[in-house]
Amino acid sequence: MSDPLEGHVGYVLGLADDALISAQRTSWWISRAPELEEDVALANIGLDQLGQARSLLAHAGALEGQGRGEDELAYWRDERDYRCVHLVERDQADFGVAMARLLLFATYQAELYAALLGSADPGLAGVAGKAVKEVAYHVDHATHWVLRLGDGTDESHERMQAALDVEWPYLDELFEAVDPALLDAGIAADPTALRLPVLARLEAVLAEATLIVPEVTPRRGGGRRGLHTEELGYVLAEMQHLTRSHPGAQW
Amino acid sequence: MGAERTGEAAVRSAAWALAAEVPDPEIPVVTIEDLGILRDVTEDDRGWVHVRVTPTYSGCPAMDVIAGDVVDRLTRAGYQHVDVEHVLAPAWSTDDISEAGLAKLAAYGIAPPGPSGPGRGAGPVTLALSVRCPRCGSPDTRESSRFGSTACKSLWVCRSCREPFDHFKAL
Repeated sequence: MSDPLEGHVGYVLGLADDALISAQRTSWWISRAPELEEDVALANIGLDQLGQARSLLAHAGALEGQGRGEDELAYWRDERDYRCVHLVERDQADFGVAMARLLLFATYQAELYAALLGSADPGLAGVAGKAVKEVAYHVDHATHWVLRLGDGTDESHERMQAALDVEWPYLDELFEAVDPALLDAGIAADPTALRLPVLARLEAVLAEATLIVPEVTPRRGGGRRGLHTEELGYVLAEMQHLTRSHPGAQW
Repeated sequence: MGAERTGEAAVRSAAWALAAEVPDPEIPVVTIEDLGILRDVTEDDRGWVHVRVTPTYSGCPAMDVIAGDVVDRLTRAGYQHVDVEHVLAPAWSTDDISEAGLAKLAAYGIAPPGPSGPGRGAGPVTLALSVRCPRCGSPDTRESSRFGSTACKSLWVCRSCREPFDHFKAL
């Protein structure tokens, strides 16, 4: 029997975990953002990502057919069973880093969901149909900040460039090839085909923001195989401890 | 779902009329029918009612409340078995809001959405058309925050009457 976390279920879980963990990291900013409007914006963006994650997790659970629902998958999987990329799981306590990451991640999601509109899996196509419109706002929001900071003062320019340099090495993992059977079946969007359109959009924003495309060595990744940075553990601990301390609790 | 329900849904029944009256929990001046999120209400020959609702945004926290309110209203009207299904496709758009719904939003002080679709994604920064102030009608307004108190709204300020207001974002 094949690993149940591979194949179709594993693919959907990867997308779900990206959205879920990004939602957790993004919502960390609520009450910490530089202005009240930004608290509200990041709360809304995190909520969109959480909504996408919930639909995707429920779908993955249904595909798996073992009776695991969205909560079971979110709260009761350990680190090694998580399939998110390293881009989304790391700490982002610097606002420039948070905006650089949001630009990278939302731009990728915009192209990903657009490609999934035509998925042979109606569950994925359904999530994509909603998400593609939501992430357009996320791209917009991140773009505004990257322009404002990149093409701002010397200080903001320097810090925005430094933030991009930190995040850029994690971009490659998003374009890792998936099981060819999923492409043949028309289920998955080919990540390798997303690279060029994503890069083209990012480069256009950076040029306008007077920032340079970082020349950095890509990180090795491994998130899709359950190999994570140390930092994912802290997110999961915070997210899961209540449910695990009080299983079945309702409020 | 499709086949066994065909024929049952042809007429918008009394059950539809009841479900249609459920107000949106966050913007109670509009009903779920006005918003276009009530997709389908079918009743089988046993009198069991199946309601299909679609969320505005993926993460819309009002969905559970809406489902509860629909069940509540129908059970109080005598329907014994009511279930609510959340459907994602076809994706909801602000174009699904009825004319009546748009008018109610404006009267409530929320600038209604313009048509969705074109105008996005052309350059790095997308430009939006000016939004008219729902209080004084002036087009001289500015966006103060792209995100507002709920996922579906942005915050604006009128330069003419100086009042802040919500705008229902085109989606």
